[in-house]
Amino acid sequence: MALLVVKFDLKKRVKLAQTVWFMYWFAVLAGILVLSLGLFFKIELRKRSELMDNNESHFLPNVLIAMGLIACGINAFGGKVCYDSLDPTKFAKWKPMLKTFLVFCVGFNALLIVTSLLCFIMRIPLQFTLAEGLKNGMKYYKDTDTPGRCYMKRTLDLMQMEFRCCGNDNYRDWFEIQWVSNRYLDFSAKEVKDRIGSNVDGQYLMDGVPFSCCNPSSPRPCIQYQMTNNSAHYSYDHYTEELNVWRRGCRDALLSYYGGIMNTIGALVLLVTMLEVTISCLLTVFIQSIHIVLQNCFLSEISDTLKRTANLSLSLFCFLSVSLSSTHTYTHTHTVMGTNRQLLVFPSDLMSRLM
Amino acid sequence: MVVMKMKFPFQKRVKLAQGLWLLSWCATVAGATTFTLGCLLKTELRRRAEVMANTDIHIVPNTLMIVGLASLGINYFASKICQDALDAGRFPRWKNFLKPYFAVSCFFTVLMLLAIIMSYAMKGSLESSLKAGLRNGIRFYKDTDTPGRCFQKQNIDRLQMEFQCCGNNDFRDWFEIQWISNRYLDFSSTEVKNRIKSNVDGRYLVDGVPFSCCNPSSPRPCIQYRLTNNSAHYNYDYQTEELNIYLRGCREALVNYYMGLMNTIGAGVLSIFLLQGSVLVSLRFLQTAMEAVAGKENTEIETEGYLLEKGVKETVMEYLDPVLTFLLLKNKVQEGTAGETTTAPA
Repeated sequence: MALLVVKFDLKKRVKLAQTVWFMYWFAVLAGILVLSLGLFFKIELRKRSELMDNNESHFLPNVLIAMGLIACGINAFGGKVCYDSLDPTKFAKWKPMLKTFLVFCVGFNALLIVTSLLCFIMRIPLQFTLAEGLKNGMKYYKDTDTPGRCYMKRTLDLMQMEFRCCGNDNYRDWFEIQWVSNRYLDFSAKEVKDRIGSNVDGQYLMDGVPFSCCNPSSPRPCIQYQMTNNSAHYSYDHYTEELNVWRRGCRDALLSYYGGIMNTIGALVLLVTMLEVTISCLLTVFIQSIHIVLQNCFLSEISDTLKRTANLSLSLFCFLSVSLSSTHTYTHTHTVMGTNRQLLVFPSDLMSRLM
Repeated sequence: MVVMKMKFPFQKRVKLAQGLWLLSWCATVAGATTFTLGCLLKTELRRRAEVMANTDIHIVPNTLMIVGLASLGINYFASKICQDALDAGRFPRWKNFLKPYFAVSCFFTVLMLLAIIMSYAMKGSLESSLKAGLRNGIRFYKDTDTPGRCFQKQNIDRLQMEFQCCGNNDFRDWFEIQWISNRYLDFSSTEVKNRIKSNVDGRYLVDGVPFSCCNPSSPRPCIQYRLTNNSAHYNYDYQTEELNIYLRGCREALVNYYMGLMNTIGAGVLSIFLLQGSVLVSLRFLQTAMEAVAGKENTEIETEGYLLEKGVKETVMEYLDPVLTFLLLKNKVQEGTAGETTTAPA
């Protein structure tokens, strides 16, 4: 049962060809956009790779880069086909490849949808990677003399200042590890000996945080040491004090930052997918409309104003099933030499004619 | 005496017009770039407006923006003129327009050069403005409860963290002022009372700096209080310690930042100035070459083009005469009439 029958004369066909050609070049730009998004995300991940676990996965940005390159290739090829399509001699050399090209387009569109879904899903493994990485980072904060870890302090300090966060879950994480190196502890002092004696591992624990946790918006100079001791500072109540240090944990901060990037990229890839699907639909319609012309031009009927009808199964098919939208079939009603030709598309005969 | 005479056969004229058309469109883009650069500079200066005592330096980005807009207009007309130049019938309509056009264009091109020179010359003014602004900023650091100054602490802290600097000249500026608000001082304790008594103004001075002076690259946790007291911290020597806090002063850091920005912008604007100058020179040659064709039947003859009809001085006086007369700085003498010359009262 045919849907949305539309008649195509020569002028309309030319317009359709031009539209599809233009849209293909627009889609090449979209492909470049996807490529650059993948590169941007890869760079962002690498910038903070020290704060992530060793098995951080660059799978998503690699997929985005690959999809961007393939999109550019497919769309450039499609544009070329459209450009040549109005000239029967040139189009003849593309004709055999068309069906495989359409199948490629279908597969590519499906992959694009999968990629955009990935963007939203990959947040979860990232969460675990960040939690592990930050915990290790804080453990190595004091090891500024150990090769391979000597920049961890700087990285963590800069990250806490930039993302306005403190510790892993919150600032109390700093109370549980020793973040002051032994080189700067006077082991002959009573205070140091007491603190080291007070726990099993012999670590110098204190209720203080590094300076990078300090909040510049606080009205008073930053209180970083003896934070839980209300009497150590004048007019200070550690339960009600909110502006002194950053209260958010760095895992939350980094996760929302990367989550925001991934959501944006996922939304953009979804838009690109919709564009690609629309183009595929229009291309199949267009190919339908000129197929008859090509066959008949060898019967010398090109001078007539031929009316063609093509089936535009746009939104229903395209968004319900990507594969259905680009595997059309056609039947001739009759091959009478005249002005009227009818081209009907029967969706039920899809795969059989194509395969 | 004609300045820079050149012969222009027809083909050369055509080539000149075509080249000039392309050049003028490039110069239009360059003019838009100048405007953008001016906006960028102005935005950057406004971002740190709280630590600047005056806005004298804003004359540089303002000039760049004006010149950018003007050059858009100048180059648009240049492209229109050279499009008409190849058609001997349409060119004469520009005749009366060209003299004021060249005057205005030269003025704005010279203004562009002035902007570049100013960006170097105003370094001293910028520095003194920053000196005064930073001194006030540091003085009002503790006034987080005074309306109008409550964000001073936040601004100074963010500034010091971003530009990796401490204090005005260096970190010792923090030793000379009270940067801890009285609200957070326990006036019943002896330590506070001693410090307040130790100076004439009754200020609580410490040899300490705010946390924003701390350098993250330091291998040890930041030492911000009792900086001059070596025995207060284990394994610490105040004279040799370099990485603990930022040693650079914020005035120096900001001046370097803005001079670097203005140098980059100045280099770009200089090349745009050369481009604009070449557009004007080519247009002048085209104009004078086409003027010789006017009224002749054969438009493909060879003509002469020149830069200035008379010498430089005479041309300048010729242009300045109407301006001066308008300003009534020069006497106007009319022949055959009772002149308007002012004679000294007898």
